[in-house]
Amino acid sequence: MNEQLTHMAGQVTAGKLTRREFMGKAAALGVSAAMASTMFADAARAAGPKKGGDLKFGLQGGNSTDSLDPATYASSVPFQNGRQFGDTLVEVAPDGSIEPRLAESVEGSADAKVWTFKLRQGVEFHNGKTMTSEDVLKTMERHSNEDSKSGALGIMKGIESMKADGDNFQVTLTEPNADLPFLMADYHLIVQPDGGMDNPAAGIGTGPYQVEVDEPGVRHVFKKFANHWNPDFGNFDSVEVIVINDATARTAALQSGQVHAVNRVEPKVADLLGRAPNLTVHSTAGRGHYVFIMHCDTAPFDNNELRLALKHAINRQELVDKVLRGYGTVGNDMPVNAAYPLFDGSIPQREFSLEKAAEHYKKSGHDGSPIIMRVADGAFPGAVDAAALFQQTAAQAGIPLEIKREPNDGYWSEVWNVQPFCASYWGGRPVQDQMYATAYLSTADWNDTRFKVPEFDEMLFAARAELDNDKRKDIYSKMGVMVRDQGGLICPMFNDFVEGVTNQLEGWESDPTQEMMNGQVSRKMWFS
Amino acid sequence: MHPIVKLVSQRFALGILLLFGASALIFGLTEALPGDAAQAVLGQSATPEALANLREEMGLNRPALTRYFEWLGGIVQGDLGQSLTNKLDIAESIGKRLGNTLFLACAAAVVSVPLAIFLGLLAVRYRNRWPDKLISAITLTTVSIPEFLIGYVVIYFISVKLGWFSSLAMINETMSFGQKLNAIALPAFVLTLVVLAQMMRMTRAAILNLMQSAYIETAELKGLSNFQVIARHAFPNAISPIVNVVMLNLAYLVVGVVVVEVVFVYPGMGQYLVDSVTKRDVPVVLACGVVFAAVYIGLNMVADIVSILANPRLRHPK
Repeated sequence: MNEQLTHMAGQVTAGKLTRREFMGKAAALGVSAAMASTMFADAARAAGPKKGGDLKFGLQGGNSTDSLDPATYASSVPFQNGRQFGDTLVEVAPDGSIEPRLAESVEGSADAKVWTFKLRQGVEFHNGKTMTSEDVLKTMERHSNEDSKSGALGIMKGIESMKADGDNFQVTLTEPNADLPFLMADYHLIVQPDGGMDNPAAGIGTGPYQVEVDEPGVRHVFKKFANHWNPDFGNFDSVEVIVINDATARTAALQSGQVHAVNRVEPKVADLLGRAPNLTVHSTAGRGHYVFIMHCDTAPFDNNELRLALKHAINRQELVDKVLRGYGTVGNDMPVNAAYPLFDGSIPQREFSLEKAAEHYKKSGHDGSPIIMRVADGAFPGAVDAAALFQQTAAQAGIPLEIKREPNDGYWSEVWNVQPFCASYWGGRPVQDQMYATAYLSTADWNDTRFKVPEFDEMLFAARAELDNDKRKDIYSKMGVMVRDQGGLICPMFNDFVEGVTNQLEGWESDPTQEMMNGQVSRKMWFS
Repeated sequence: MHPIVKLVSQRFALGILLLFGASALIFGLTEALPGDAAQAVLGQSATPEALANLREEMGLNRPALTRYFEWLGGIVQGDLGQSLTNKLDIAESIGKRLGNTLFLACAAAVVSVPLAIFLGLLAVRYRNRWPDKLISAITLTTVSIPEFLIGYVVIYFISVKLGWFSSLAMINETMSFGQKLNAIALPAFVLTLVVLAQMMRMTRAAILNLMQSAYIETAELKGLSNFQVIARHAFPNAISPIVNVVMLNLAYLVVGVVVVEVVFVYPGMGQYLVDSVTKRDVPVVLACGVVFAAVYIGLNMVADIVSILANPRLRHPK
């Protein structure tokens, strides 16, 4: 029987046997479906990618108001659209290193202040034009100049000047930053002809698929771009992104085979869905975290003892078990975890302790009036439940938490970064520097915990300029501990990306950077 | 002028006036919502600098009244303007969405209206016997269950388990009429279940009311069959209340089906409006609001006019 199976697997690898035939024959040999499925996947992977087929995504996070303009991307569907038609200079690889894309290579000066991107030659835009360094320069200018409304504007700060020089694109920074290539991998920074200055929403890029249908909030269809610079990218004839915001409709569409991949599988149905024979639920540990944030400069949260009391009063494991149903990991009151490069895993985990919570609360001298915490499920899925669990454990430590429910609508403009204590979500960044610079630097626009410690800022800049990784790791470790013990962040959990993919697709790889394999499904996967 | 022509033109003029009122109200309410389009678009990634730039670009810095009258000036010339958020032409987007909404509404109406009236007549014919009770029980059950739940149940059994129809009711221009009908089979079915009860119950009640009249007794005495009595003599006099309920349900099918749209991923007007409200895309909200108001006002006007035409006393006032 074994020989027979090996022979069949060989036929699969040679492309002579389809999945259906293989499964049927394997069943006849008495092999279990799960086992046969794994064997088929291995054999198909050995055969290498196959071209062809129409890939369909069913994604949450699309809206009738979405635009193709990369500067406006803020949710899953636009992100995925950008990945189809556009390329960035560099990309963060699944292992956390920098992978070349439109730039063949990138080199930093010894002081990490000047960065030179050597651009790939002969890259063609969908409108037939050839990409030049001028296009790259214009693109970066559009995301960083005075008129910019780009979601990437925050990370483009600190650039002193940029220039296009023949085949090279050069960035000069005001301060050294060893992580600059990671900033340039941001998904907003898609290179457009003339930087998209004239028509940013035209959807013209250099990506492996070109825009065919653009119906915001409904669907986006892309067809294979024949002249892509890398023929290995993009194995499908077409890619369709279907907006399915309703979780039940999404899973039903996947189950009935109308779409091939869905994002945001609800943790409570993930186990059940995973039992379906024709699909796999992938859970990928990411850098996104569900948090409660306190303003360190507003009473009563300006008292570190009270902050520590609240940090000890939350039962992290319970939240991971009940809110994430196990699809996540406990947080340690800092915005980074083991998914980040240069993370120090030896920092002790903060444990749930009612005694310590009560002790710190007593030391804080708080008057016992209710502490108001604002939540909405729009902050993160399950935020209201998480708040209720938090309230209960805090009450056991004698801390009076009062939950105030806010509407989802307008949460990010009216509550987050405005009210002193609320629930929030952070999507994570490719490197620690970017995460800290975005929300923990004194001068950061999104310093949503009002954490303003000069010593911390100095360490951040020192780490940026440091090219020795051991030393950097050491600095980051100290910074993490500082946020953990002094900051306004209560970080109970990091959520996994939970995604459903049909077994007809091969080539899945775990990528913590963004959801759906960092948007690389249509580039790297293929139909078996 | 013939009194009916006069009446219709009066109603029409009033309807237009009402539309202006509705647009002002919608604009006022959208403005009163916290935040604006710039904030909603940038969301968590808003920096003060980016916000200011985007506001400038969207023209949100100008006073509210100026923006409203600009919009009004455009709409009287038939120009619905551009979406604030994605810069697409509103008329074009709405055209597609409205077409889809009307298509689904029509499909549901074509099935549900005759079916409801027929079932109503049947219920009267067999009043208080098992067919009457069965019809009432089924229709009242389906109207009592929330429509999203019916949607999920239908998806689970018909789409996932049996695989007969697609759970995604996505339609587009490249599909043939038959393919489109196939795609919307499930949502149309759910909507039919939702609107059936009210129309059926009203038909039943209105006709039962008339069945006590002397002229019905006469008709029975001259030997007409039971069903003929109902259909030929009772029904024409019951048209007015029935038409009112039918119009109300048709209006619902056009403006109130956002839940069904979401469950079946149908690209209709409802989702478009909800998305635009969330993103504070005022011109789109206004355009959708006016279209919805026009549908409501128009259908009610039709109901009134049909009631008048169906009633000889109103048709020939003294």
